[in-house]
Amino acid sequence: MGDPILSVRDVHKAFGALKASDGVSLELRAGEIHALIGPNGAGKSTLIQQIAGGLAPDSGTVEFVGRDISGTSTAQRARLGLARTFQISALAMQFTVLENVVLGLVGERGHVFRFFRPVMKDAAYLDPAHAILKRVGLHDVAHMRTAELSHGQRRQLEVAVALTLAPKAFLMDEPMAGLGADGSKALTQLLADLKTHAPILLVEHDMDAVFALADRISVLVYGKIIATGTVDAIRANPEVRAAYLGDGEIPA
Amino acid sequence: MLRETHVNALILLALLAVPLGALVLDQPFIITLATKVTILALAGVGLNLALGQGGLVSFGHAIFFGLGGYSMGILASHAQSFTPLMEVPFVIPGTNLMPVIWIVAIAVSCLAALVVGALSLRTSGVYFIMVTLAFGQMFYYFAISWPAYGGEDGLSIYVRNQFPGLNTLVPIQFFGLCFAVLCAVLFLVSRLNKSAFGLALTGAHYSPVRAMSVGIEVTRLRLVAFVISGGITGLAGALFADLNRFVSPTMFSWHTSGEIIIFIILGGVARLCGPIAGAAAYIILEQYLGGFSEYWQIYLGLILLFVVLFAQGGLIGSLSKREIVRG
Amino acid sequence: MSTILLIEQLLNGLQFGVMLFLMAAGLTLIFGVMGLINLAHGSLYMVGAFAAAGVAGWTGSFALALVASLAAAAMFGALIELTVIRRLYKRDHLDQVLATFALILIFSEGTRWAFGSFPLFLNIPDILSGTVMLPGGIEYSLYRLTIIGIGLAVAAGLFLLISKTRVGMRIRAGENDREMISALGVDISVLYTLVFALGAALAGLSGALVGAIQSVEVGMGEPVLILAFVVIVIGGIGSIKGALAGAILVGVTDTMGRTLLPVIFGSFMDPSAATSVGSALASMLIYILMAGVLVFKPTGLFGQA
Repeated sequence: MGDPILSVRDVHKAFGALKASDGVSLELRAGEIHALIGPNGAGKSTLIQQIAGGLAPDSGTVEFVGRDISGTSTAQRARLGLARTFQISALAMQFTVLENVVLGLVGERGHVFRFFRPVMKDAAYLDPAHAILKRVGLHDVAHMRTAELSHGQRRQLEVAVALTLAPKAFLMDEPMAGLGADGSKALTQLLADLKTHAPILLVEHDMDAVFALADRISVLVYGKIIATGTVDAIRANPEVRAAYLGDGEIPA
Repeated sequence: MLRETHVNALILLALLAVPLGALVLDQPFIITLATKVTILALAGVGLNLALGQGGLVSFGHAIFFGLGGYSMGILASHAQSFTPLMEVPFVIPGTNLMPVIWIVAIAVSCLAALVVGALSLRTSGVYFIMVTLAFGQMFYYFAISWPAYGGEDGLSIYVRNQFPGLNTLVPIQFFGLCFAVLCAVLFLVSRLNKSAFGLALTGAHYSPVRAMSVGIEVTRLRLVAFVISGGITGLAGALFADLNRFVSPTMFSWHTSGEIIIFIILGGVARLCGPIAGAAAYIILEQYLGGFSEYWQIYLGLILLFVVLFAQGGLIGSLSKREIVRG
Repeated sequence: MSTILLIEQLLNGLQFGVMLFLMAAGLTLIFGVMGLINLAHGSLYMVGAFAAAGVAGWTGSFALALVASLAAAAMFGALIELTVIRRLYKRDHLDQVLATFALILIFSEGTRWAFGSFPLFLNIPDILSGTVMLPGGIEYSLYRLTIIGIGLAVAAGLFLLISKTRVGMRIRAGENDREMISALGVDISVLYTLVFALGAALAGLSGALVGAIQSVEVGMGEPVLILAFVVIVIGGIGSIKGALAGAILVGVTDTMGRTLLPVIFGSFMDPSAATSVGSALASMLIYILMAGVLVFKPTGLFGQA
């Protein structure tokens, strides 16, 4: 297990009386898939937003590749290499698959204010874009409109766009949601392959995928991390079992 | 069905052919109408960058149209009365040279767009519409209540401003000038739309969250688009003032903002030449229905309602096959 | 400047604010419940004013004129909701803006066609004309005072309607969760028509009340509409409380600015320049206020983040 890439330190966030993050600390280390699980309403989305930008913590810090990023914008964090995929696909549906990937490259390189050169004819963008599409297995549909993709293909494209950021860490919000068995399997394979590239903080409801993929698991309940450990340790943890008892989501 | 680029070429050819035909048939009024279409289309091309490409529904573009108009009016009125615009700390004379006026009009509009945009872009959606509408009204009331340049009555310029090598008072020459400006701007805008900037702007329109999460500072991007958009509409305002040789607060009115949006909608949102088709349709309707009934705007309203409710995609959308806008 | 004049202007500002509230409340209610931006709200204000002026001219009764303004605006409101507006709920804001802009054209030209281009006049009824003596020796127009009273009564009525009644509960439910309300078995399309007609009636009433102070003419609604937008931006969208606070803030700021700014500039400039600079600045004051709110609280004073 490598050095910490992303560290959440004692983060607090309250909405009125509701403590969505109540002193959360978490580390994502090089080479690992770290799954964040917890019942609905545990504060997973709030935590993700504080890591990705978009919500500022009331107190506590988020460090990424050795920098305190708590006060930076979503875009700045992305340019540092914090790559996010979304639970509800946030792709530009009217764009082609290729355009979505090139958009990522434009953002990552900070080339937003280049006004004259036709970007979709520029090999400096197209070559890496095609390489990325090949890697996630979407090369054949590069010129298809994103709206016409299947659900599983959109998930793959989410990963492709994340890859444009030359990521130093991935933040994946329920990448398996809504996928059939086959899609789930293919994506599981892809994620296992990706973690050698950069560690993944994975928020996921699909427990089969979590147990198959995760190196470590953190369990968030009512804004607190109640346990962090290996898959076996988490399975055996009585507190975790109690928290999930009502849900019955933890398979024996 | 035709490709959109072919439709665009046809539209530009038609816009060129009509006044040339009118020249042969000795119909100067038609040439003036074609000039009006050209200038209004230019205003629409400006707004289309923000509204069509960027998804920023600005109901305040009359601000820039009006500022362009008043830039011309103020500079030319000082030139015609031989009084300097300003003496302290240094002397700025008026001018009747179009290129100078255009540069001033663009600069002033861009500056206003920077301020209005920076404030308005703190909001989005419905708020953005309301805020831009409100700032438009602010400029309108300011123009009315500021007496130095005609206040409510506006400002007349007796001689059309000059362009080196042309006699701008000859209708076809002034048309040619406006047409050349429109073509130049269309070329720049089409390059812009296909550039990294255009991709980012459209991407931020379709999915702002995505744009942010790939490292694009969406607000800054939109502000730049808004400023360019305002500059183009401001240039159109200066030309429009020169066409009429008159500026008045009406150029700032919310109705003007609405009309510029209508050009875009009639022609087709985010279509390069949509505003030309839309402005032409608008002027033709105005002429035809206006001759037919004093209350022609009722029919305009009904047509607009029909287009919005049932015919999305506008004129160009119904003429050309659906292709990816950024193609 | 005397204190009496100041207080009088303050009351004028309050009266103006209360009128803006009637407009803004309808707009914000319609936006909050249906998610619709309605530019034609100003046209309903105009419809109310014309209906009142027409009926007053015909019957001579101001009370009947007010009833007519409410009825006509509500009727036209329901009519456009049924024919046009309900097709727009699921559309984007651009379509909403355009379609309701088209409605403005139709209403304005239709009214010009029916009533001509000359302004109509609506007289203040005898019983409300003249002035009353307020505590502190301030003489103030009875009619304007009545407007303030009516406006505040409507505000109180709206708060009660929304917080205490079944219809209000449904409105709040609709704001929070459109799916839920239809799951409750409430006929949502009827509710929408009712809410829209209610907003329209408030606009019509406002138009009629103001019509007796100003002239009744085509195009009178749009400047008020845009001011109501300023009110909503300042107060926060979807909030009746915000609409009331914003409206009074805008009304008072505008009225006091027009009175005070020329005087303030007059203290260090020559009088004619002071008048022009002061009045030009006064005309921009509420927009500057709006800009300030945008800088410090972009969601409005009472808006949700």
